[in-house]
Amino acid sequence: MTIRRKACIVGAYEHPTRKAPDKTVAQLHAECARGALADAGLTVNDVDAYFCAGDAPGMGANNMLDYLGLPNVRHVDATDTGGSSYIIHVAHAAAAIAAGKANVALITLSGRPRSEGSSGVAPRAVVPNVPDSAWEGLYNPVTVNMYALVAARHMHQFGTTPEQLAWIKVAASTHAQYNEHAMLRDVVTVEDVINSPMISDPLHKLDCCVVSDGGGALIVARPEIARALKRPVVNVMGAGEAIKGQLGGQVDLTWSAAALSGPRAFEEAGVKPSDIQYASVYDSFTITVLMQLEDLGFCAKGEGGRFVADGNLISGVGKLPFNTDGGGLCNNHPANRGGITKVIEAVRQLRGEAHPKVQVPNCGLALATGIGGLLGSRHGSGTLILERA
Amino acid sequence: MTLMSQDRPLGASVVDAATTPFWEAAKRGVLMIRRCTSCSKPNWYPRPICPFCFGDTAWEETDGQGEIYSVSVTRRAGPIAYAMAYVKLDAGVTMLTNITDCDLDALRIGQRVKVVFKTTEDGNPLPMFTPA
Repeated sequence: MTIRRKACIVGAYEHPTRKAPDKTVAQLHAECARGALADAGLTVNDVDAYFCAGDAPGMGANNMLDYLGLPNVRHVDATDTGGSSYIIHVAHAAAAIAAGKANVALITLSGRPRSEGSSGVAPRAVVPNVPDSAWEGLYNPVTVNMYALVAARHMHQFGTTPEQLAWIKVAASTHAQYNEHAMLRDVVTVEDVINSPMISDPLHKLDCCVVSDGGGALIVARPEIARALKRPVVNVMGAGEAIKGQLGGQVDLTWSAAALSGPRAFEEAGVKPSDIQYASVYDSFTITVLMQLEDLGFCAKGEGGRFVADGNLISGVGKLPFNTDGGGLCNNHPANRGGITKVIEAVRQLRGEAHPKVQVPNCGLALATGIGGLLGSRHGSGTLILERA
Repeated sequence: MTLMSQDRPLGASVVDAATTPFWEAAKRGVLMIRRCTSCSKPNWYPRPICPFCFGDTAWEETDGQGEIYSVSVTRRAGPIAYAMAYVKLDAGVTMLTNITDCDLDALRIGQRVKVVFKTTEDGNPLPMFTPA
């Protein structure tokens, strides 16, 4: 069975807030759900499947589903691969629809790391039952250094430079200037990135994404339902997912799980990287983007530095427009999880509703891909390919 | 630039069925890994069931020697800078660790290192590495 053209994204909503001290996380989930349903032109009674991940307060979907009150849900999925979860949720929703288990699926994400002061760099607690904690926790792996180790190895092995990585941030900031909701709207230069404080070699402050409150939601529906709605139809064409760890001690930081999820998605969609007109690439850090571009086949392994340099990711300038909302690097990284905003901007592009300054002309085929967890130790990747019907 | 490493307070170790023999060897100054009794592959972090073939594994002593596979000096995640690293042991596995007792700014991928032990809050010796 395939999910190719078996389901459509009919609703997409990104919460406009980037700081929400006076709201609860559950409230943000509900506001996002309401926004996505309004975008789709559907109601709470239409939803019969609900998807959420680790940002949802409570046990799996139990507590949020009770809070939201959706009366007709008959299918739930709380798959959690970190920030990439919501990309995988779209694929799982499409599979549920294709299998006849659901007609209209709601996916929500929300969080308040900015208001709560959890910046994402706090050392992880050593939790005895997590099997790797006993062997790693006391070394103080934090999010940034577990990505920095990959960047350091890439530079050593392939000659990638800090300036090349900086171009990823430059491209994101060039797009963010047009997004009125973006946290960081100033266009930066390669020099700005290199001169920003070193956080964990070789990643500077401006190699890191923002910390923002907010969230987003998506509605995935059966094609017959999608065609009856007023919004442009966006087909799910293919998807892949994979989790990569330390390979039993044969650690290899030169590739990510996107090297597994990507080919699965391209095969199912029946397209190749050169067919993709727009790419949403999860940008927790600049190196996250570079690794995924290589692993998805947009360039050869080791060539990512040269590929991203000189504005190649800037819409209207380069060959592969990426993250035209400003991405996690400049726009939004709600709940420290950027997967859902990747899908949302891809939907905007396919609908022709991105900002005119960054809209890809006649965008018919787009990709959204993400890495959740820690790139340098264990992470989950989801890749999703979408087309305008 | 020169940035000498400083010891930072280490929290309590995890003491359970998976770690107790490891800490006992570490108290003798020995770094142990596990190796499969069926397929003979070493594994890290240590698992009693082989992650390659699901066979049984056994503890094995190493000489604590290796080289840096990747390293990142983390400068702004607390008051004390430290070097997060992967060290590829000559014994055949690559482990997450810290590099210490050295100039952090001089660390390089490919550099030879040897194990040193730093005491945790509860008195167990935690393996780290220092330039050989």
